[in-house]
Amino acid sequence: MNTADVTITIDGRAVTVVRGISVAAALINDGMHTFRSSVTATSRGPLCGMGVCYECRLEIDEVAHRRACLVTVTDGQRINTGQRPRQ
Amino acid sequence: MKSGERHDAIVIGAGIVGAACARTLSRDGLKVLVLDAAFAGGGTTAAGMGHIVLMDDSPEQLALTAYSAELWRELTPVLPRSVEMDPCGTIWVAEDDAQMDAVREKQRTYAAHDIPSETLSAARLHGLEPNLRSGLAGGLLVRGDAVLYPPAAALWLLEKARENGATIRESCRVDEIINGAVRVGTEVIEADVIVNAAGAEAGTLAPALPIVPRKGHLAISDRAPGFCRHQLVELGYLTSAHVMTNESVAFNVQPRSTGQVLIGSSRELVGWDGATNRRVLARMLERARLFMPGLSHLSIVRTWTGFRPATIDKLPLIGQYAANQWVAAGHEGLGITTSLGSAEILADLVAGRTPAIHAMPFSPMRSAVAAA
Amino acid sequence: MTADVAVIGAGPAGIAAATRAAQAGMRVVLLDESPRAGGQIWRHRTTAGLPKMARQWIARLAQSGAIVAASTAVVDAARDAEGFVITCERDGQALTVRAASIILATGARERFLPFPGWTLPGVIGVGAGQALLKAGTSFRGKRVVISGSGPLIMPVAAALSHGGARVLFVAEQAARSTVMPFVLGLMTRPLMMVQAAAYRAAFMRTPYRFGSWVCAARGDGHVEEVDITNGHVTTTIACDVLCAAFGLLPNTELARLLGCAVAYGSHVIDETQRTTQDGIYSAGESTGVGGVDLALVEGEIAGLSAAGKDARAYFRRRDALCALSRSMERAFAPRAEVLALARSDTIVCRCEDVALGSIRREWTPRQAKLYTRAGMGACQGRVCGAALELIYGWPPDTVRLPAEPALFSTLIANSATADVPLGQGD
Repeated sequence: MNTADVTITIDGRAVTVVRGISVAAALINDGMHTFRSSVTATSRGPLCGMGVCYECRLEIDEVAHRRACLVTVTDGQRINTGQRPRQ
Repeated sequence: MKSGERHDAIVIGAGIVGAACARTLSRDGLKVLVLDAAFAGGGTTAAGMGHIVLMDDSPEQLALTAYSAELWRELTPVLPRSVEMDPCGTIWVAEDDAQMDAVREKQRTYAAHDIPSETLSAARLHGLEPNLRSGLAGGLLVRGDAVLYPPAAALWLLEKARENGATIRESCRVDEIINGAVRVGTEVIEADVIVNAAGAEAGTLAPALPIVPRKGHLAISDRAPGFCRHQLVELGYLTSAHVMTNESVAFNVQPRSTGQVLIGSSRELVGWDGATNRRVLARMLERARLFMPGLSHLSIVRTWTGFRPATIDKLPLIGQYAANQWVAAGHEGLGITTSLGSAEILADLVAGRTPAIHAMPFSPMRSAVAAA
Repeated sequence: MTADVAVIGAGPAGIAAATRAAQAGMRVVLLDESPRAGGQIWRHRTTAGLPKMARQWIARLAQSGAIVAASTAVVDAARDAEGFVITCERDGQALTVRAASIILATGARERFLPFPGWTLPGVIGVGAGQALLKAGTSFRGKRVVISGSGPLIMPVAAALSHGGARVLFVAEQAARSTVMPFVLGLMTRPLMMVQAAAYRAAFMRTPYRFGSWVCAARGDGHVEEVDITNGHVTTTIACDVLCAAFGLLPNTELARLLGCAVAYGSHVIDETQRTTQDGIYSAGESTGVGGVDLALVEGEIAGLSAAGKDARAYFRRRDALCALSRSMERAFAPRAEVLALARSDTIVCRCEDVALGSIRREWTPRQAKLYTRAGMGACQGRVCGAALELIYGWPPDTVRLPAEPALFSTLIANSATADVPLGQGD
């Protein structure tokens, strides 16, 4: 890991990502499509990319419903989509 | 212009009370027309919390809420899912020993009316609702209480009325109640029975009826399933509801079927000013946070205001008040609960039957009777 | 925090407004929800990749003395006896800004219209493609189909291609014949033509079709193929990402909360950029979608006006660009077919999963909310409300406090603020 990177955990899994990117970018780059489950349990991911649609909501550092597109990754950040079991 | 149609009864207002009255009157074989200035279930019915709750501010109030709650229980098996009937029960929360004494008093009152309730110790309260702050004295659990989604309940009651032959006309504002008829713009529609179920606006239509709007604020959170499991009300709520001060707030939250938390309550006498008062809203939220500190971490997605139809003695007006003119209004914050009981009483009185509970305390003429 | 001028939104209009007002001696605070000033069009992680004009303005802003409050969401704003109180949220903390005047530079969002499959992950907006790319999303090797409307398509297709995406198809819903008057109008602005040509060169091998639009997306948990139609012939294209949106629409929620008039979906302003409310100005896309050049000059005028300075020298430039923007609106208006893509079982309200078929045309938006929950979710109808305005011809629903979901504690801190007249009931 070089100094340009930070390590976050996505559903309990440590992932090294480029500093300064958004949480949404980190998840997509990690191959994740589904950020949340809708009220009728269908898969949803980012739609607007700019904080309007609330489709990319997930839990960041134990705070629910945060918009992944508006939050920048930080070292040690814990992201929980509820899509994969925590380890 | 006289309307060609002929109805036995006209119900003014398609809120939950009007809808319930339309159902009982049409069930009795009356040809019912429901008129609403806007749309069904869109007034106070939509603005309120939606509880089925027993209240004992007065013996009459307890009788009406208990009777109505029983009617809701009978309906529960046939209610569609959209009504979101959730038998979550109510916990009356006591902050200190003095309030625990009140809890025990309340428990005795309920027991005297064969209403099951359970006194909760501080530990038991915490076990049932871990998000309540520690240090509370205890509470009273009333398992029979429930919450539901009022607009859907009103729609369902209207649907039942329609099945009995009732007609519902929306966007149809009654301008005037005249002898044996109502006037809607230039149209005059006649009926033998005219039921004023216009909620907070009932007094505007019939100035003789002592009903005033009592404003409230509500806030709803983002989804937080399991945050609370019962309707929670502070014991001081009764005082807030009872005393007609200009402004009061009390802790009252509900779990909604969506997983959201609905947060109340405030009461203000400010006429028809529906503006969100940020100071009152903040006071109300602060009161809620005092009981549930974890609310701090929840987001509020929406806030709004509404008007309760309030009367001086906190009892609704149900019955006849002039020739051909009847009323079922003034239910303050209990219209969802007491809609069914009120509608049965009204239909009984219209048909000349004896209601299941004493109707005199709800008579619109009661102040005149008391004065005589 | 106290300021003479609070600028809400740090896109080009907000940056220009804050800069000019600060240069005129005002104490200025510039508020934006994003981590950095720039808005959508100048979104960046480092300024290196930005166009020269953007770098210049960002440098001017930095030297102007305006305070930039980034990652700061405005959840409420109201007038009181002394001016305006703006309630914000930053890192979960409430922040109250007092200001004598407000410049709304709240920008625009994308207009989304429902079609079968649009809720699948991998279906994103057009501007969203650019926003996600700039926020660090890798599109390298991804097969992308774009279905949109208006000039925004060009830079997005170019940027995604530069980013290593395989842009397979670009569909512009507007017909060539309706776009031509706008293109001819551009002839007087050769720089714009050159820029458009440069963008097109970046995805030269990709078909770019007028009068084409997406009508369905399919996939198992993620978009795998999409149908593109021109109304006669429908083609299926396998892809990893579909960028689909139908133009832009101004963000007017805060303006409406403040009682500013909105007409034809944008803030009503006078020649000094003042809204219908004293002390409140508006600049940029929130006054009508017109692009970065118009946003900048509107921002300059709003900043000077809020500072009590004469901005007449800028009027001519603004008015010429305004005319161009009106011509653009006409050229790229959504065609009837794209308003009819949703089927009865297609979800319209994505927050509450409400299908089009359960929402009746004869209702009001409030009835739809009360009877179906459509528009009651976290986005507060920003997506479905805008779609239903077009699909059913509905009016916009009333705006309620908070302007966007806000923490309990933020609304408790909001208590000092005066009343706003809002509608009753919910």
